[in-house]
Amino acid sequence: MLTAGIDIGSITAKAAIFEAGKLLATKVIFTGYNAEAAGQKVYEEVLGEACLEKAFIEKIVSTGYGRNSVKFADKSYTEIMCHAAGAHFLNPHIRSIIDIGGQDSKAILLDDNGKVKNFVMNDKCAAGTGRFLEVMARAMEVNLDEFGAMSIKSKQPSKISSLCTVFAESEVISLIAKGEQRQDIIAGIHESIAARVSSMVGRVGIKEPVMITGGVARNIGVVHALEKKLGMKIEVSPYAQVNGAIGAAFLAALL
Amino acid sequence: MKKQILEFLKTILIFSFGKFKKFTLRFKKTKTMKDMMIVYYSEAKSARLTGKKVAWITSGGPVEPLLAMGIIPVYPENYGAMIGASKMGGGLCEKAEAMGYSSDLCSYARADIACATINGGPLQGLPKPDMLVCCNNICGTVLKWYEVQARYFNVPLFILDTPICHTEYTPEIAKYVRSQFDEYFAFLESACKRKFNYDRLNEVLLRSFQTQVLWQEILDTTTNKPSPMTAFDAFFHMALIVTLRGTPEVIDYYTALLATMKERVTRGIGAVPNEKYRLLWDNIPIWHRMKWLSQKFASQSACLVADTYTSAWCGTLKYVSGDNPIDSLAEVYTRIYLNIGVDEMAKMIIAMIDKYDVDGLVLHSNRSCKPYSFGQLDIQRIVEQERGIPCLMIEADMADERSFSESQISTRIDAFMEIIKEREETSKK
Repeated sequence: MLTAGIDIGSITAKAAIFEAGKLLATKVIFTGYNAEAAGQKVYEEVLGEACLEKAFIEKIVSTGYGRNSVKFADKSYTEIMCHAAGAHFLNPHIRSIIDIGGQDSKAILLDDNGKVKNFVMNDKCAAGTGRFLEVMARAMEVNLDEFGAMSIKSKQPSKISSLCTVFAESEVISLIAKGEQRQDIIAGIHESIAARVSSMVGRVGIKEPVMITGGVARNIGVVHALEKKLGMKIEVSPYAQVNGAIGAAFLAALL
Repeated sequence: MKKQILEFLKTILIFSFGKFKKFTLRFKKTKTMKDMMIVYYSEAKSARLTGKKVAWITSGGPVEPLLAMGIIPVYPENYGAMIGASKMGGGLCEKAEAMGYSSDLCSYARADIACATINGGPLQGLPKPDMLVCCNNICGTVLKWYEVQARYFNVPLFILDTPICHTEYTPEIAKYVRSQFDEYFAFLESACKRKFNYDRLNEVLLRSFQTQVLWQEILDTTTNKPSPMTAFDAFFHMALIVTLRGTPEVIDYYTALLATMKERVTRGIGAVPNEKYRLLWDNIPIWHRMKWLSQKFASQSACLVADTYTSAWCGTLKYVSGDNPIDSLAEVYTRIYLNIGVDEMAKMIIAMIDKYDVDGLVLHSNRSCKPYSFGQLDIQRIVEQERGIPCLMIEADMADERSFSESQISTRIDAFMEIIKEREETSKK
């Protein structure tokens, strides 16, 4: 049975194809202005990747903020449920997920069967999300992909105390003006995200093993900062960014 | 001068309209909430013509002594709910912020303070007060809020201080609060320039008690499955227990409402079609999103069967005693839900979970209401430990629609319902 999962996030749209419980292909594109068109496009591209045609796909599940704009989906689930399913598929031992996406971050607690037991989401604020990192990358004039590698070189991370993205940006600019090392400022930014996320994780009562998902998982600096803050090892899957789409494709097979 | 004449003519118009409405209502068998509120507000707004006094009072304040003295009570918080429901909260809060009030201040306070300075808001503003009565059993913000308004309107302010009863109502608290009631009566005597009417107070107290018993009975009809009404209905019908408890009209209204609910129960009519899941709501409603939230939950076959908010107006019935009505009045007003310890609040919530047989708890973390929201994380933890049901936290504000993120809240509710549904499926297996 062939199934597809489509995850429309605030910054990127992701898709995954499953065949008989095996992952066939994944794809990531930018969501852009039109979530509905992004859903179509990422679906067509992932089919191209897997050398398949629409007719072969039996069930489709959509997820993410744009889940309701994927009109061709058979069903939609929240990204909380899909990230849980995705993580459980990738590693059935996982008991907690930290998902950091473009516009929100979540902590999800799983039961022994991989089902969602509890979850917490960030409040209405961009701090501690992918968007926060994007704003900071612009202020630092560094490509976001280089953030992780640069920050782990830091010996003395800068202190960023503001909890608000807008104020943190001016704080970063003043640190640049003070002449602090770039890698130290970036490491400081990652620590501030880790502080924000760990307070949320504390609310849900995290249990090991922990997996990080969402686009921000690609940033090794954030992962290290989080491991340090929480005092535990965090598993990063190569599929972290498409984990929600994988979960959706997995759940589609159960429809 | 011209402005004053216009104002006078407007008052006469409101007065005549209210009188006419009241007259026609005599022939109407069932009075609607709108009917009652029109009469109430037109009487309050034309009080100057009838020589009656108007007192602004906090939602948890003892209203019975005002009614005993023929004073018309007006509730800025009820008005705040109206402002929220008519989506005027954001604009009025912005105005208050421009006046220098912090955006962290309660949105009812911000909206009310801003509204007093303009000729606008729902009903073109509240009638001007002759006095203010502030009871801090609901929060500390009301102290400063009422002081601001007392200065603005240049009217006397009475403050009733009710210490928090963390675990019990001690003899010291009883003595302290009771003595303030004597001061309260003296304050009203001096404001009205006549003796306090104790006989009338006893009549009002009796009716107030009857109203609260009726209100509890109405709320308890939701123990039936399917539930004949939702918490959203309770949020609507509560306006009278807040503003007019102690008057005969409200007893009539709630008697009729109770009969309707009982009828629905007998006929098996549920408020939510195909009610499958039963939920409990904590905190003040998100007034500007009532319709959206009620449809959102109903679309998932979930019925909010009870809430901690509307039940606050009858939650202290167990402390009422006929032997010494004024002592009991002091106790009842001191031991309300928001004036007790977090452990006590959690106990009450757990009792409600059992009584109404709910599958999940929805907590509105209300940016405005600190005393209601600050213990919620502990309450959530206690509920999860004691009853193991899923809990959902929604961050929003009761009247300031700027603090509402639709897609975030929508995702949270969907995920919460997914958990509840999965649990149901697992338990079936």
